[in-house]
Order: sequence, then C-alpha cells, then structure tokens
Amino acid sequence: MTTNSLTTSHGAGRAGDKVFSGAAMAAGCLILAVLFGVALFLVVQAIPALTAPAADIQGGHGFFAYIAPIVVGTLIAAVIALVIATPVAIGVALFISHYAPRRLAAGLGYVVDLLAAIPSVVYGAWGAAFLAKEISPAYDWLATYLGWIPIFEGPASATGKTILTAGIVLSVMVLPIITSLSREIFLQTPKLHEEAALALGATRWEMIKMAVLPFGRPGIISAIMLGLGRALGETMAVALVLSSGVLTASLIQSGNQTIAAEIALNFPEASGLKVNTLIAAGLVLFVITLGVNMIARWIITRHKEFSGAN
Amino acid sequence: MTATVVRKRSALTKGQLPKFAPYIVLAVALVVGAAILALIGFNAFGWGIVSAILFAVGLVSWSGAVEGARKAKDKLATCLVVGAFLIALLPLISVIVTVLINGIPGLITPGFLGTSMNGVTGAFDNKAAEEGAPVLGGIYHALMGTIQITLLATVISVPVGLLTSIYLVEYGNDRPLARAITFFVDVMTGIPSIVAGLFAAAFFFAIVGPGTKTGAVAAVALSVLMIPVVVRSSEEMLKIVPNELREASYALGVRKWRTITKVVIPTAISGIASGVTLAIARVIGETAPILVTAGFATTINNNVFGGWMASLPTFIYTQILNPTSPSNPGPSDQRAWGAALVLIILVMLLNLGARLIARMFAPKTGR
Repeated sequence: MTTNSLTTSHGAGRAGDKVFSGAAMAAGCLILAVLFGVALFLVVQAIPALTAPAADIQGGHGFFAYIAPIVVGTLIAAVIALVIATPVAIGVALFISHYAPRRLAAGLGYVVDLLAAIPSVVYGAWGAAFLAKEISPAYDWLATYLGWIPIFEGPASATGKTILTAGIVLSVMVLPIITSLSREIFLQTPKLHEEAALALGATRWEMIKMAVLPFGRPGIISAIMLGLGRALGETMAVALVLSSGVLTASLIQSGNQTIAAEIALNFPEASGLKVNTLIAAGLVLFVITLGVNMIARWIITRHKEFSGAN
Repeated sequence: MTATVVRKRSALTKGQLPKFAPYIVLAVALVVGAAILALIGFNAFGWGIVSAILFAVGLVSWSGAVEGARKAKDKLATCLVVGAFLIALLPLISVIVTVLINGIPGLITPGFLGTSMNGVTGAFDNKAAEEGAPVLGGIYHALMGTIQITLLATVISVPVGLLTSIYLVEYGNDRPLARAITFFVDVMTGIPSIVAGLFAAAFFFAIVGPGTKTGAVAAVALSVLMIPVVVRSSEEMLKIVPNELREASYALGVRKWRTITKVVIPTAISGIASGVTLAIARVIGETAPILVTAGFATTINNNVFGGWMASLPTFIYTQILNPTSPSNPGPSDQRAWGAALVLIILVMLLNLGARLIARMFAPKTGR
C-alpha cells in the first residue's frame, strides 16, 4: 500500500503550525501564570506582616489597626472623586453624543481623551503646586460658614493640601474613563427609540430622559465602578497632594492617608518587616479593586446578554 | 394683485423665544457679572462663573415665562450639559498652562537635557537661588532610564500580548482556556499600578534576593500593566480582519500559521501598531511601579539589570517631595517642571504617532 500523497504533510509546514499555535497558547497561559504569580507572591510576602506580633507593626497595635484607617482614607478619597466626576462625566458624554455638532464631536472626544493621556505624576504636581494654593481660600470660606458640618470643620489647612484637594485631582483623573465608556453606551442607544420620542413631541431633554438614560443605565453604573477602581488605586496624585496624617472626619484639614500613597511614600526607604507590612497593604488594595472591577465586568456582561448592544 | 411679503409671526412659531435670545441673555449676563464682580473684587475666573450662572438662570426663566415649563427644563438641561463640558476643559487647560509656564524656564536651561544630577548638591542650588547662579543638573539620566525601562517593557509585552490575542482570535474558539484568559486580562486591566510594582518587587525579592531594585524589575512591573492593553487592542484589530481573507488563503492551500503571519497580521498591522504605541504612552508616565522597583538614582546607569535607575516620573516626584536643597526648593521645582514638560511632550508625541501609524499603515482598499 502506498500512502496518498495528499495526506502526507510536508514536515516543515506542520511543524510550523504546531510551533505557532503552541507559542500562542503558551503566551496566553503565561498571562494566567503572571496573574496567579501576582496573587501568590503578594500573599507570600504579606504573611510575615499578618503573623507578626502586634507590637512590631508600625503603630504597635497589629496589622489591622494599621490598615483600617488608611482603607477608610482610600474610600473617602475615591468617594469624593466619584461624587464630583460622575455628574460632570455624564454631562460631557451627553454633550459629545447628543449635543455637540456632529462634525465637532469626534474632535471634542479626543480633547477629553487628552485628559487621560496626561501622566498621573503631572496631575500630582499640578494639584500640589497650583490647585492646593488656589483652593485654600474656598476652604477658609467653608470652615467659616459651613464649619458646623463635621466634614467641613475648621480650622482649614493653610496650604490646601487636604483629602478634598486630593479627591478633586482624582476626579479629574477618573473623568475621562467614565466619560468615554458612557459616551460609547449613549451612542449605542437605538436610533428608533430616540426618533420615536422626538416624533411624539418630546424635547431633547425629555428624549434623553426617556430613551437614552434608561438604555445606558447599566453602562453608566459599570463605568462608575471602573472609575472607582482607578480612583482607589491611584497613587501619585494623593502622594504629592495630600499632607497625610491620622484619620480625620474633616475633609479640609490635613490628615487621612490612602493605601497607595502610603506604599509609595514608605516603600523606597522600607526594610525588614515594614516591607512585608506594605506588601500586605498592597494585597488589601488589590483585593478591593479586584472586587470593584469584577462587579463592573459582571454588570457589563449581564447587560450584553439582553440588550442587543454589540 | 401684488404680493406683499409681511414678516408676521406665524401661529406655529408663536410662544417661542427668538433665535437670538441666547445671545442677548449672554451679553446681559456678562455685563451684570462684571458689575457684580467689580463690587466684590474683579477676577476673570469668578467673572466666568458668575456670568455662566446668570446666563443659565436668565435664559431658563425667560424661556419658562414665554415657552412654558417643558421647554424651560430642556434649556436648563442644555445649559448643564454644556456647562459640564466647559468644567471638564478647565483642568485640562489649567494643567497644560501650569506645566508650560513652570516648565519652559527649566527646559531652556543650558544642559538640562544633556546632564545628569551626578554631583549636583544642595550647595549649588542654594547658590542658584540666592546669587542667581545658573541652575545646574538635568534629566539626561532620567530620560535614558525611562527610554531603557520602557523599551524593555515593550520587548516583553508586545510578543506576549500579540501572541495571546492571536490565540484568542484564531485558536481560542471560545474554549474554557480562552474564556479564562479573556476574563483575567480584564482583571489585569484593573490592577492598580502600585500593586503591579509591588508584585514585581515581591517576585524579584523572592527569586534574586531582598532589596533587588533594577531597571529590569521596573520593566516587569510595567509589562504587567502593558500586556492587557496590548492584548485588548490587538484582539479588537484581529477580529475585524474579514474572514474572506482567511478563507481565500486556506483555499490556496496555505497553512494556518502562514495565513496568520502573511495575511491576517499584515492586514491588521496598522491597528496593532497604534495600539502598542498607545500602550507605551500609557506606561511611560507611570510613577508608582518604578518608584517601588527601580529606586531613584542621580547618576547615569545604562545597565537595566544592575543598580538603581532613574526615570522621568520618579525624577519629578523626588525633586518635588525631596528637593536637592531643602532650604531652597526653587531650583528643584524648576527641574521637576522641566521634566514634566518633557514627559508630557513625549506622551503627546506617542499619541500623535499612534494616530499617524493608524493612518499610514492602513491597508490599501484600492478605492
């Protein structure tokens, strides 16, 4: 019996196929391994901090007493950023998708994307050198007239380097993320829904309220969650802007600290157990942002299934 | 019968504001805003804010009186949306103006791009601040460090990212492995940059020895941030390559790997290249991961595998937080802003380059 010449392969071609698909798969597996490695090495290096006697950890009351205030500080900064950025971002997204002249829309979108291109350290420098100085009179005003509200309790920081300033800088940094995702969602609104609303005599705002926003709600929520993930993990803006300290309720006094800034400020000079403590803090941050991002992705995929978008 | 054209308001347009109404309101708002500001002390920023509020209030209440509540609400929404856009522009303009004003003196100092901080001590800075001597020191070491670290990160990330996207698009077929990779690439996109830095540090501490800080560690940290960006953008680009091209190639008896390397990738190369450029632009400005992995050097270090290494972002950071001369931070600030200007120019050039690449290498459509 002779083998059919059609079924015999030229060795080189088949080997090439095997090598290539193997390499592609190996690259994919490498990514999984790296992510697994991130978790593993962080956990391994964090364990000494978790098991060390309480007195050895900075502050002297154990790891959880050390991490709790900076977790709260991280959340405060992120919430300030989102409270400021969300309405503005949705407004900008609506402006680009439904208000701006169509010819300008793409260019304006690019301008907002420029905000995302500026490196975080430049934002930090801007916040510390410009914004903090310019905004401190406003803090004095807040302390004088709204000082009875705990979060605006005086005396206001003279330098303006407070958690509120850091939150404002963070809001500028998460703005482009929320904007670009919401814009994509708003542009996907079925044209027929919009035209039906307009044909029934709705004004533009009524059309947006009835057709665009209900359609885009899951997208907006996941965009906010992704912005939250960014705000939680952002380091430089806080490290440069905030003059950190113990946890304080007032947003316009110096004080508070975030996980990322704590790591950045202390890691370069750290040694011994301090390194493990900071890595454990990084692990906490990783877990928090992982949770936030996974919820956001879950909302997006759940939305995809029944919306017909994509 | 002579047709006399009488411009009369038809019943259809009754109850509407005239077309020029916004301009009238704007002019009134600007004048009244200037008057109010003149009473409490004039400044351009306050004038803009007060005028904008007056404009919105004026237009909405006029519209409410003439056109009714629904139209007034619509006008209010328009004012708010446009206002949101203008507010978003403020920080962008402010950042760029601040960096330009503070950065240009540093950038035009002779030797700023060509010298390192080696041997520049607080004494020189004190002299510069007190006696007007030229500000010494520059960013050469940081620029070189940034270029080397980013280059190494690109060399690591691009093959891994590109091969992964090829696996997902060409071989994945929605297998469990492909779905797991897609999911974890999404997760990786959300890793905070400082955690990526800590990972690389922890990894090398465990493998090489505690306290290992070199440019290569930083490059690994940046790769963790860069790979997901490369995977996502290349995946999108490979997906839009028409299936007919692949099938035509298979029909000619071409092997799958030859099809991918000779047909699919060349078709998508413009998008892939611009995606890679954007990924570089994203990681070149990262500070936190380099801070915890490469330390900060003041001298030129051309060996990514040994010794601490400076980079532009960490240079800016340390010059601001720990000025060379604590009593006279002026010269340090000047260098930091100069470096910030260089960094922004680099990032903008990369962004621009990405757009040019996308346009230049776009496949010829024959039309």
